[in-house]
Parts: sequence; structure tokens; C-alpha cells
Amino acid sequence: MTPPDDCLARNEWICGTYLSTRRHILLDAVLQHLELTAVSVLTALAVALPLALVARRWRLAAGPVLGLTTVLYTIPSLAMFSLLLPVYGLSASLVVAGLVLYSLTLLVRNILAGLRAVPEETRQAARGMGYGPFRLLLAVELPLALPAAMAGLRIATVSAVSLVTVGAIVGFGGLGNLIYAGMNTYFKAQVLTASVLCVVIAVAADVLLLGVQRLLTPWTRAARA
Amino acid sequence: MTTLGDAWAWLGDPAHWAGEDGIGHRLAQHLVLTVVCLLLSCLVALPVALVLGHLGKGGALAVNLSNAGRAVPTFAVLVLLLLTPVGRWEQGPTVVALVLFAVPPLLTNAYVGMRGVDRGVVQAARGMGMTGWQLLWRVEAPLALPLIMSGVRVAAVQLVATATLAALAGGGGLGRIITAGFNLASTPQVVAGAVLVAAFALVVEGLFEAAERLAPGRARRRGRAR
Repeated sequence: MTPPDDCLARNEWICGTYLSTRRHILLDAVLQHLELTAVSVLTALAVALPLALVARRWRLAAGPVLGLTTVLYTIPSLAMFSLLLPVYGLSASLVVAGLVLYSLTLLVRNILAGLRAVPEETRQAARGMGYGPFRLLLAVELPLALPAAMAGLRIATVSAVSLVTVGAIVGFGGLGNLIYAGMNTYFKAQVLTASVLCVVIAVAADVLLLGVQRLLTPWTRAARA
Repeated sequence: MTTLGDAWAWLGDPAHWAGEDGIGHRLAQHLVLTVVCLLLSCLVALPVALVLGHLGKGGALAVNLSNAGRAVPTFAVLVLLLLTPVGRWEQGPTVVALVLFAVPPLLTNAYVGMRGVDRGVVQAARGMGMTGWQLLWRVEAPLALPLIMSGVRVAAVQLVATATLAALAGGGGLGRIITAGFNLASTPQVVAGAVLVAAFALVVEGLFEAAERLAPGRARRRGRAR
């Protein structure tokens, strides 16, 4: 019996047979990739918002908060995941924790910049209308800080999609797992397909968040028109 | 805390410092890769950015390149390069990937810096009869220096991180200590390698920070574009 002479056997970069026969593997990897990214970015957002508020409220806290997040951002991803190994072991939590630490810098910086850019007159006008501190924050300051915060969220999300691949070192890297396995077996179609899918996810997430931002801030469009 | 103790003991063992796979050799590799690739990337990116910034053309390219650099996973590029003919030369994929990922921040920051030069200053220089090249060299480039340098700083930190990842795709550098630790299932070695890499990255960032503080006032950074 002769082996089949298809693009898989010839180890070609672009291979339709690979797509059709490995559909389930690809789908599972994409789902894991999306899950890891979404959980990390949402967790980071939940941590970053209070940190940014604290840094704005107390000037003394701003320096250490920004300094610490910058230091975390400087540590290379592979080292970050490795430093978390004793805490989390070989688990998905390790990848999520690492990604949360990375996203924090971008989110805290941008939310803080957005909050600081709210004009003082706007704040005074709201207070004059009888807004308490909590309502002022929710109804005036946060919406006005939204464009800057969303810019940070978009960068954090795109970076997270790309960094999830490094999670392959502990076996939880979404599409990175396929790239890692494909590297060890010189499987060109698998490496290229997984890489392209990564970029597609990153671009799709970016466009999606841009759409969300437009929906949430209709006044910015009205002002431009 | 025992893991940190074990990692410290691992670092203290002289046997781990010597030889081809030793810390000394890996550290030197990491340093050479970072410095050589930083110089290469500057040689590629800065002339292009300065000329484009001077002419005021290609702004969309300069900005989008930075966004594209973020969306493409470094690890994927390293592995793709390894499977192409570049992979036949041992450090080939590493060097190419390092330069590819260092160019966008250099290009974007230098371009934004050049465009940010006060138009009044540029017009005054033209009025004094400066030619295009004189304007670029004597007026625009010096005024754009703070942003150019912050681009170099971002690129350097990026290079250290990419050089670490290169170990996953068989490249040299400190990352090899981490990947070897994973292969041996030795948590102390993984943590020790990570501490070395993190320290290396922070020292690089610290050097740039110090250089910035020592620089004369007009060369200091006012803002950073990424």
C-alpha cells in the first residue's frame, strides 16, 4: 500500500486536508484561547478599577501603584509564568494569573489617565446639581473616562491573545499548544494555521471592543459630526 | 518559601555557572543577542522613521506597524521562522524575530517625535535658509530625541523578553535555563532562571531610567508613545 500523497504527507504550509480532518482539535484550542483571554482580561479589569480609584484618591498611593505595575510589565512573559509555577503548579490558573498581572499595567494607567482628564468644571457642575460622590463617579466621571479606559482595554486584550500562546510551556496555551506541538514534529500546516488563527482572534477582539466603545459613548460621535 | 530557598541554592551552586549550559554562558548569550539586535533594529528603523517623519509621509504605516506588532504572537513568529530555511542557522530565527519585534516601537516613537516638533521652529529654520538635511539633522532629530530614546527603551525591554521566548524555539539565552528546568521538572531551576531573566530585564530598564535622569534637560522624555 502506498501512503496517501496529499498536502499532509508533503508537509505543506497551507493544507485544506488539515483544516477538515483536525477541525475538532482546532475548535478546542480556539475555545481554550478565548476562555483564557476573557477570564484574564475581565479579572484584570475588576482589579484595575479599584486600584485606579485608590491611586486617584490618595496621591501617595499613585507612585507605588504605577511603579509596581510597571515593574510587573517589564518582566518577560516566560519568566512571569515561571515565577508563578511554585504558587499555581502546571495549571490554567498560572496562565490566567500571569496575564492578569500584565493587563493590570495597561488598564490602571489608562483608567487613571481617563479619570484625571475629567474637567474640573464638569465635576463642579455635577456637585452643584446635587450629585453625591458615588453618583458623580458612576454617572459623570466613569463615562467620561471610558474612551481612555477602552483604549487600554483594547491594547490589553490584543496583548493577552498573543501572550496566551506562551502558556504552552505549562500545557495551557490555547492555540499555542498546537504551535508548540507543531514545532516539535515540524508540522508546518498546524503551526501556520494556529498562528493565523491567533492573529484573527486578536483583530476580531479589537474590532469587537471598538464597536462596544462606540455603543457606550454615542456622544463622542455626535461631537465629531 | 522553600521553593525560593531551593532556587537560591540552585543559583549558588558553582556547577550551574560553568559550561555550555551554565548561567555564565547563557547570560553572555542573552546580552550579546540583546545588544546586537538593538543596534541592528536601530539601523533599520531609525533612518526610515527620521526620513518619513521629516517628509511627513507614511504616518499610518508607522502607527499601524506598532499595533500589528502587538497582535502577532512572538512565539508563533519564532516557530514559523524555525520551520523556514532561516531555521537552519542556529540563531537565525532568534535574530530575525528579535529585530522584527524591536522595529515597531522604534519606528513609531521616532516618527511621532519627528512630527511633534514645533512647526514654528521648523519654519524659522527654513527661513534661515537651512536645507532639508540640515533641518533634519540639526533641528528635528535633536528635538525628537526624547521620544526616540523612549522608543529605544521600549525596544530594549521588548528584546529582552523576546530573547527569553526564543528558548522555547531552541534559541540561546537565559530562557534556556527555564525551558531546561521545565524539561527536568525542576521547579527550583525554573524559578532560578525566571529570577535571572526578571533581574536582567529590570537592570536594562533601570539603565535607561538612569541615563534619562542624567541626560541634559532638553533630552528628557516628556511623553511616551507606544
